[in-house]
Amino acid sequence: MKHFSELISAIEITNKTNSKIDALVDYLKAAPEKDKLWIITLFTGKRPSRPVKTTLMRQWCMEITGYPEWLFLESYSSVGDLGETIALMLPDPTHIIEKPLSVWMEELIALRPKSDSDKKAYVLNAWSGMEMQERLIFNKLIGGSFRIGVSKKTLVNALSKYSGIDANQLMHSIIGNWDINSISFEDLIQGEHINYDNSKPYPFCLAYALEKELPELGNPEEWQVEYKWDGIRGQIVKRNGEIFIWSRGEELVTSQFPELVSAMETFEEDFVIDGEILALKDNAVLLFNDLQKRLNRKNVSKKMLEEIPVGFYVYDVLEWNGQDMRTQPMTYRREILETLLASQILPNHILISEIITFNNWSELDAIRNQAREFNSEGLMLKQKSSPYHTGRKKGDWWKWKVDPLTIDAVMIYAQKGSGRRSSKYTDYTFAVKKDDGLVTVAKAYSGLTDVEITEISRFVNKNAIEKFGPVRTVKPELVFEIAFEGIALSNRHKSGVALRFPRILRWRRDKTVDQIDTIEQVKQLITNPT
Amino acid sequence: MKLVKFTKKGIYCIPGKFYLDPWLPVDFAIISHGHADHARNGMKYYLCQTDSKAILKHRLGADIQIESLNYNEPRSVNGVQVSFHPAGHVIGSAQIRLEYKGFVVVFTGDYKVKNDHLTIPFEPIKCHEFITESTFGLPIYNWLPEAQLQQQMQDWVLKNQSHNRTSVFLGYSLGKAQRIMKLMEGVDKMYVHSAIHNLNKAIEGSGIPLPQTELLNYDFKKEDLQNKIVIMPPGLLGSKLLKKIPNAATAICSGWMQIRGNRRWQAVDAGFAVSDHADWNGLLSAVKASEAEKVYVTHGSQASFSKYLNEIGIPSAEVKTEYGTEEDDKEVVTEKKEAL
Repeated sequence: MKHFSELISAIEITNKTNSKIDALVDYLKAAPEKDKLWIITLFTGKRPSRPVKTTLMRQWCMEITGYPEWLFLESYSSVGDLGETIALMLPDPTHIIEKPLSVWMEELIALRPKSDSDKKAYVLNAWSGMEMQERLIFNKLIGGSFRIGVSKKTLVNALSKYSGIDANQLMHSIIGNWDINSISFEDLIQGEHINYDNSKPYPFCLAYALEKELPELGNPEEWQVEYKWDGIRGQIVKRNGEIFIWSRGEELVTSQFPELVSAMETFEEDFVIDGEILALKDNAVLLFNDLQKRLNRKNVSKKMLEEIPVGFYVYDVLEWNGQDMRTQPMTYRREILETLLASQILPNHILISEIITFNNWSELDAIRNQAREFNSEGLMLKQKSSPYHTGRKKGDWWKWKVDPLTIDAVMIYAQKGSGRRSSKYTDYTFAVKKDDGLVTVAKAYSGLTDVEITEISRFVNKNAIEKFGPVRTVKPELVFEIAFEGIALSNRHKSGVALRFPRILRWRRDKTVDQIDTIEQVKQLITNPT
Repeated sequence: MKLVKFTKKGIYCIPGKFYLDPWLPVDFAIISHGHADHARNGMKYYLCQTDSKAILKHRLGADIQIESLNYNEPRSVNGVQVSFHPAGHVIGSAQIRLEYKGFVVVFTGDYKVKNDHLTIPFEPIKCHEFITESTFGLPIYNWLPEAQLQQQMQDWVLKNQSHNRTSVFLGYSLGKAQRIMKLMEGVDKMYVHSAIHNLNKAIEGSGIPLPQTELLNYDFKKEDLQNKIVIMPPGLLGSKLLKKIPNAATAICSGWMQIRGNRRWQAVDAGFAVSDHADWNGLLSAVKASEAEKVYVTHGSQASFSKYLNEIGIPSAEVKTEYGTEEDDKEVVTEKKEAL
C-alpha cells in the first residue's frame, strides 16, 4: 500500500495533467498485476460499496482520542474531509502493517456483511498499524471516493503511455464489461473483451468565440445559423447493432443516458452523429444545472429518468452506413442528416438542430438576445461549405454567445470550499440594497483567481463574526460584479427574484457598499433585459 | 492579583508600566522575538533577549533604543522582575516571565516544544497566569518527529536530483529559512535569497553559527543551480526569479501543509509541515507544565483551544490580539520590493 499511497500523494499535489500521468505510469511499471486492475477499478468509479458507515468511523475516532464531538466537528470543518480528519487525529501507530492494495480491497469487500463489532476490531487494528498518509488512503478506500483529480481520460492517457495502445480503445476497454476476478491486466488493456471497431469515435469539431463584426463574415447566404445549447456535447456511434455515446472529453458516457440508447436502437442504419445532450422536459430545454444532476451517477434511477429526462439535439452526421462523411460540405451532410432522421418517426426527445432563417446580419443580434428566453446560450455560425474539422479551427465555425446580465452586490457570507479548496473561503453569498438594509440575491463560488480567493479569505478571517462552524458572516464591504444568465420573479427567495447561473464576473475594488444596486434596480432587469 | 491587562495597544503590565509585544507605539516594549507581528516599529525603548538584538536592529533600524538580557537573567522594571526564557520558536525567541510580589505571569510569544537542534529548546515554566499562543490549536495538527521530517525532505531532494531538478524550498526568512538550512545541512550546496542571506549575516554577527549557504545572485548561472537546493521567502512563489531557476521543483514549508487541501491549493510540487509553532500536543503539554490557575489564549484557534481547556478543567479565556494567525502572512517579500 505504501506504493499506492505515494501515487496518491504525487497525483494530488500537482494540478498538471502530465505530472499525474507520469506518476500513474511510474506506478503501473512497478505495481503487481492485481493492483493495476484495482487502480483502474477505483479510478473509473467501479468501486465496491462502502463496508463501514462514516458515522461509525467518526464515533470510533472520538472514542479512541477522547475528544468531544464539537472539537471533532471543528477540526473536520478545518480539514474539509472526514477520512483525513480521522487520519490526522488518531494517535501514532503502534505497529506497521504492509499489504498490497488488492489484499486491502479484498478484505474490505469481505468485511461488508460482518457485524459492527467485527468491523470495529478490523478498522481499529488497521488504524493503529499505519502512518498518517496510509491511514488516510485506507479511510478513502472504505469510502471509495477518490476525488483527486484523475479523470477517466487521464487514467486512459496514462495507460496508453504505458502500453502504447490507442487511448480511445482503452477508454472502451475499461468502460466495457469486465470482472476483476476473471480477466488479466494484459487482456483488459488489449481489449480482448470488446470490439473497438464498433465504438471508435471521431475527434470533435470545435468553434472559437466570434471575434469580428458580422459583416466581415461576408455573404450571409453562405452561413448556416443554429442555436447554441449549454448541455453536453456528445457523439453517438451506432455500428453493427452496438451503441456508444462519447462525451467531448472523450469519455464513454453511454450508460448514463439509457433513453438516448433506446431511441437509437430504433434506427436500422449505422451512423455517427454529433449533437448536444440536454435535459428536455415538455419540449423545453432545462438548465444545465438540472442536467448536472443526471451526470456521473453509477445508476440512473427511474425517478431521476422521470424528473430530468434527457434528449439529444442533432447537429451533424460524421459517418453514414460505414462511410466517413467529414470531408463533405456541411450542406450535404445536413441533407443526409435530414434524410436519416426523416427515415422514421422520431421519438420526442431526438430533434434536429433548427436552422435559423434570416435575411441580413443586422437581424441576428435580436435573435441572439432572445435566445436566453428558452435557455439557449446564443448562436452558432457555420460556413455552409465547411468540412467537419478535426479539433478547433478558426474561420469556419463561430460561437456567438448572449451577453450576461450583471449587477453590483456586496458579499455578506462566506463559506469554506471542499477538497482542494477546503482551506479557503470560496463560496460567497451576495446581497443588494433593500430599504435601509440588505437582502440576499445570489450565491456564487466561481469566477475568482486563487490569489483573489486568498486575499478574500484573509479578509474573512479578520472580519468574521462567528467563531465556530463553516459559515462566516462578514462585514458588508467587498463589492463584486455578479453576472447571470437570466432572472425571474420567485416566491421561494426572500429577495423575490431568482437568478440563473450567478457567477462572479469581477471584484470591484473601485466600488464601496454605497454603490451597489438596489433590489428595485435588479427587478427592472426582468422586464428590461439589456 | 492583576499584574497584566489586555489593552488596545497590547499586553500591559500594570505595576511595571511596560507592554509585551505591543502593536501600537509605546514608551517601553518588551519583545518576545523578531517576527514583524511581535516586534513593531515606533517603540521608544525595546528590551529583548540577547540573540534577538541583532535581528531587531536589522529589521527595525540600527538607531532604535534597545537593551538586551540573556536567558534567565532577571532585571527589575519598576519593581517587576522580568526575565527571558527559551521559547524554541526562532533564534532569540523568548517567553517573557514577570514576577511581582510572588505572583508570576508568563507570556509565551510564539513557541515550539520540540527540539529543532537550532534554537535553544523550550523551557517549561510554572506560573499563576499563562498567556499562550494557539496558532495550531486543533487536534489535527501534530508534527512528525524531526528525524522523520528530515528524511522525507531529503528523499524529496534526492528524487528531484534523479530527474535533474533543482529543489526550491519556500519558507519565511526569519526562522523557517534557518530551520530548512539545518534540515538540509550536508545534503547538497544551498543557495539562499538575499532577504534570508542578510538575516543570516545578522544572526551570525551575534555569534551564532549557521549551516553554510551561498547568496543567490540575480544573475546566477543556470548550471550552478542544477540539482542544488535553493531557499527563498514564500512571497516569491510565482515570481520571475523562481521561474528563472531551471527545472525547479518547489516545496512550501509551513505547518499549514499538514492539511491536504492546503498542499493542493498552492501550485507547488510538495508541501512539508515544517512549523516553528507548537503542535496540539505541544500546546497542551506547555499549558499543563505551567500549572497555571488561569490560561489566556491568544492568536490562532483561541476559541476552540480555550473551550477545550475549560472542558478538561483548566480555567481559560480567549484574548483578541493583533498577532498574526497565518504563519506565512507574516512576511511579505515580493518582487516589487526586491526591485527597489
